[in-house]
Amino acid sequence: MAQSPVLRPGHVVLRVLDLEAAVVHYRDRLGLQEIERDGQGRVYLKGWDEQDWFSVVLREADRPGMDSMAFKVISAAALDSLEKDLNAYGCKTARLAAGELSHCGERVRFTLPTGHAIDLYAQKDYMGNGLGRVNPDPWLEGIKGMQAQRFDHCLLYGADLDATIKVLTEVLKFDLTEKVVDGDFVIAAFLSCSNKAHDIAFVRHAEDNKFHHASFLIGTWEEVLRAADIISMHEISLDLGPTRHGITRGRTIYFFDPSGNRNEVFCGDYTWYPDHQPITWTADQIGRAIFYHDRKLNENFLNVVT
Amino acid sequence: MQTEMTFEVRILDTGESFPCRAGENILKAMERLGRVGIPVGCRGGGCGVCKVQIRGGRFTTQRMSRAHVSEAEETVGVALACRLSPMSDIDLKIVGRMQKKMACATGASQPVT
Repeated sequence: MAQSPVLRPGHVVLRVLDLEAAVVHYRDRLGLQEIERDGQGRVYLKGWDEQDWFSVVLREADRPGMDSMAFKVISAAALDSLEKDLNAYGCKTARLAAGELSHCGERVRFTLPTGHAIDLYAQKDYMGNGLGRVNPDPWLEGIKGMQAQRFDHCLLYGADLDATIKVLTEVLKFDLTEKVVDGDFVIAAFLSCSNKAHDIAFVRHAEDNKFHHASFLIGTWEEVLRAADIISMHEISLDLGPTRHGITRGRTIYFFDPSGNRNEVFCGDYTWYPDHQPITWTADQIGRAIFYHDRKLNENFLNVVT
Repeated sequence: MQTEMTFEVRILDTGESFPCRAGENILKAMERLGRVGIPVGCRGGGCGVCKVQIRGGRFTTQRMSRAHVSEAEETVGVALACRLSPMSDIDLKIVGRMQKKMACATGASQPVT
C-alpha cells in the first residue's frame, strides 16, 4: 500500500447523441454548472463544489459511451515520472497538448488493458467553488436539480481485469479497496488513489472499452430520495434505487442520461487509508454485495452498458 | 376534448399487442401499460437492448447509437424501440435481447447467476 501521486478523478469525456438534451440533463437535473463551450462544440461542466475549471465534457457523436477518463496528478514532475514508469512497464503513452481541452494542461494518455483511454494531467485552471477562501459560506445558493457536488468515479467494463488492476496498482500506485471473486477469479474490482472507497471500478466483461456509469457525489440520504423525485418529475429513465450498496456502503440511485449513458448519484461511502486491507466479496453473495437490500442480481444493472 | 390518436403495436414473436399514442415511443407505451415483450435497457437509444425490426407500418425514429443500428440496418426497418414512434399500426419482430455481459469463472460471456 502506497500513497499515489495521482490525486483524484479530474474529468470524464462522454459522448452523447443529442448535445442540447444532454446539457439539460447534466446541468438542470444533475445540477452541474455549465462552464463553457469550445470551438469543437464540446460542453464543459463542473459540480458546484469543485475547484478546477471542469469535470465533465460532453461531445456529440453517433454513439454514446466514454471517450476517456482523466486523473489529476500532484505535479508536472509526477506526470513526467508516471509517463516514464508507464513506458517502462510496457504501456505506450501519447502527449495531448495543453489547451486541447480548454483550460487543461498537457495530458499523458495511455490505454488500459480493458481498452479504456486514461489521461493524466498535472494542471487545470482554477475556478474555485464560488464561496471564496476567506470566511466562506458552507454552500452555494441557486444550484439546480440534484445539486451534485462533484464528479466522483466511473465504473467501466472490459475483459482483462487482472492486467488493468496490475497497471493501476503497480504503476499508478492505486489501492485495491474491494473485489468480488469467484474462487481466485476476479469478477469486479474497486480501486482508490485517494481517501475514497473508490475512484475507479471495473467489472469483467467480454467486450472491451465499455462504460457502465459516471458517478456524482451528493450530500445525504435525503438528497438521494430528492434525486429520485427529480427523476420522476422529469421522466428520466430510472435504472435502480434508491438503495444501499454492500460494496463501498454507498447510498445510491442509478439512472440514464438521454443518450443511455448511466449516471449515479450517491452519498455515504467510507474513508479509505492506504494502510487498510482490501475487502473481499464472494460470488455466492454477489447480490447483497451490489444491492444490499434486494440481495439479488439485477439483469439490467449488470448488462446494460454503452 | 380532442381524442389522442393511438395505434396498435403487434409483437409478431409473441402475438401480443398494445396501443401506443402518436408521438410516444413504443417502449414507453409498453412499460406504461405494464406490458412486456420487448427487452428494456437504457431507454435512450444507447445500449441496443430493445432492438426490433418493423415488418409493417409507418413510423419515425430519433437518433440511435450507430454501435447498435447500422445505416444498412436502418434502411430495412431495424430500430431501437425506445427511439421509435408509430405513424400507423405497427408489426414488429424482436431482434435485441438482454445479453449476459458480466463474466464469471466458468466462461467469459456466461452469467454469474
